[in-house]
Amino acid sequence: MISRLGRWAGGVLEELGRVAVFAGRIVTVTFRPPLRAREFLDELFKAGVLSLLIICVSGLAVGMVLGLQGYNTLVRFGAANSLGAVVGLSLIREMGPVLTALLVTGRAGSAITAEIGAMKATEQLDGLRMMAVDPIDYVIRPKAWAMLVAMPLLSAMFIVTGIVGGYFVGVGLMGIDGGTFVSSLQNAVDFHDDVAGSILKSVIFGTLVGLISTYRGYTATPTSAGVSAATTSTVVLASVLVLIFDYFITALWGV
Amino acid sequence: MEGSPTRDFFLGLFVLAGLMALAYMSFSIGGLQYKGTGGLAVFATFDQIAGLKPKAPVEIAGVKVGLVKSIRLDDTYRARVDLDLDKELKLPVDSSAAIVTAGILGDRYIQLTPGAEETYLKAGEQISYTESALVMERLIGKFLVNVQDKSQSKTEQPKADNP
Amino acid sequence: MSYGHRPVLRGATCSFPRGAISVVLGGSGSGKSTILKLIGGLLRARSGRVMLGRQDISRLSESQLYEVRRQLGMMFQNGALLDSLSVLENLAFPLHEHSRLSRNEIVARVHERLSSVGLEDVDELMPRELSGGMVKRVALARALMQDPEVLLVDEPFSGLDPLSTKLIEALLVRINRTLGMTMIVVSHHIPSTMRMAGHVVLLLPGGVVEGNPATLRNSEDASVRRFLTEDTDASEQILAHTHEFEAGEYNPVRRRGAS
Repeated sequence: MISRLGRWAGGVLEELGRVAVFAGRIVTVTFRPPLRAREFLDELFKAGVLSLLIICVSGLAVGMVLGLQGYNTLVRFGAANSLGAVVGLSLIREMGPVLTALLVTGRAGSAITAEIGAMKATEQLDGLRMMAVDPIDYVIRPKAWAMLVAMPLLSAMFIVTGIVGGYFVGVGLMGIDGGTFVSSLQNAVDFHDDVAGSILKSVIFGTLVGLISTYRGYTATPTSAGVSAATTSTVVLASVLVLIFDYFITALWGV
Repeated sequence: MEGSPTRDFFLGLFVLAGLMALAYMSFSIGGLQYKGTGGLAVFATFDQIAGLKPKAPVEIAGVKVGLVKSIRLDDTYRARVDLDLDKELKLPVDSSAAIVTAGILGDRYIQLTPGAEETYLKAGEQISYTESALVMERLIGKFLVNVQDKSQSKTEQPKADNP
Repeated sequence: MSYGHRPVLRGATCSFPRGAISVVLGGSGSGKSTILKLIGGLLRARSGRVMLGRQDISRLSESQLYEVRRQLGMMFQNGALLDSLSVLENLAFPLHEHSRLSRNEIVARVHERLSSVGLEDVDELMPRELSGGMVKRVALARALMQDPEVLLVDEPFSGLDPLSTKLIEALLVRINRTLGMTMIVVSHHIPSTMRMAGHVVLLLPGGVVEGNPATLRNSEDASVRRFLTEDTDASEQILAHTHEFEAGEYNPVRRRGAS
């Protein structure tokens, strides 16, 4: 029993080592020409623009729920005027980066894994190698960096649409004064403590999801079942790690 | 090698929207200063700051004129609050600073009341007249003890301190 | 070397003469595609050497291998074309990456290659829109884009109708004759390969047999003769072989029905 645990732990560490080597190769390859800007922009489009709708709709919905729940709770303490602060802080500190990361993992992350896995299964990666092009340079690198860049941008848009949603519910439906909402929001949110931490989180999450989704695709078993398993694994692993990292970042950055 | 103008257009829009959202979050809401410090630096000491935090706004007649730069304990165990105010602000030497609360449960901020003198405070000088923060618990305690002076206790403020 | 628990190509030695079309034949699981991948550096042998000219490429690092691969071209069984790019872009890719030619020059070369494999007006098509025969021809054209010294061909006739098979065979032969290009073809299509080959490498359970087609056809070894003179797909024969040579060095693929 113990030895099985030991072997499992050993396996996990081995895998971790392989991921680290993989990440190292991506970084090495990034600093060599060619720039591959075209591929990067295409990937940024796929990771960012195509996720935009789901992010904004979800952001709006979450903001509205926060507005509603926040109001119902605060009104019991006579503190309904702080709704702006509550909605804003919740979104900026936690909901924005974390929910965006989870949504993007499900949408763009799984797509990346599936695409790379399919390329592996149809020998396209081998084909690239035989043409003396490193698949990590041509395929992986643009996708990983696109994820890293897209995440904070999407997170910010999630937060802003969330605040709009909260405003709509609090001011439009519940009758809080608009100015109070905004000023409570502005007074409570501090760039250094809140916004900077939020951006840091989304960048870290972007790196995490980018790494995991590309690694899983790259190491998938080159069969349909293998690709499917890799895709599921990406979503599960990335989601769990995002949540775990969220705790540690909050604790270490925290006020 | 490929890529259509339409795609690029939406990509550009996306990046722009994202950056604008980030900017809004940082500057408008988060209060990030892009002007940088270099405003009028004065300070004031208080008996009690009770929850005043750095970056809290400083207002005159409800208009924001600066913020709290730092808070520390001085040699006489009073709280020394350093303020970073608008460069062009002319604050008379007999102005007073009070720590007030936004609403009952809101955040603390500093309210300046300009004095009547003709000379103005220069960088590094001290605001002489201060009013410390009201601590809720003390207030309720007073309220309960002085039943007869109910209304008076509520409005009675600690006297202005002299350095 | 081995795939997991399956050892393949144990104790095998063979060579491929320059300028000739060499054909690698053998039953499933005998290691035909493995040889190609070893030459291309896509797989590494556990022991042994892979000599390209005077260079042992089995000990090279990945980045060094990239230099070697400039001299090689590989035509994959399923084409391995980049499915997000058009035919034109797929062919332009190697030149785009490795040469300093201008866009116009690249496009001209692409058209040249395409017509040499008998394809016109396919520039804008995507790989998924191509028929099986077209895929093979585009893959061949791509492998030739950088004028390699050695062409590695993996199952060029798989999945093709008899007409397309003859077409591919003719193309390969013509390229070899006109350019003197060394070719290593892996296939289980006996008739075409025996016609094309200048040199044959036969992977049998008992060992590797090399020689030119005529010699081997008249070989004293019955199993060799049986293998090479089969007109239709040789799977029945292979089944018999695996049955007979179970005690041999290789660990052949077990088929359902064989016991």
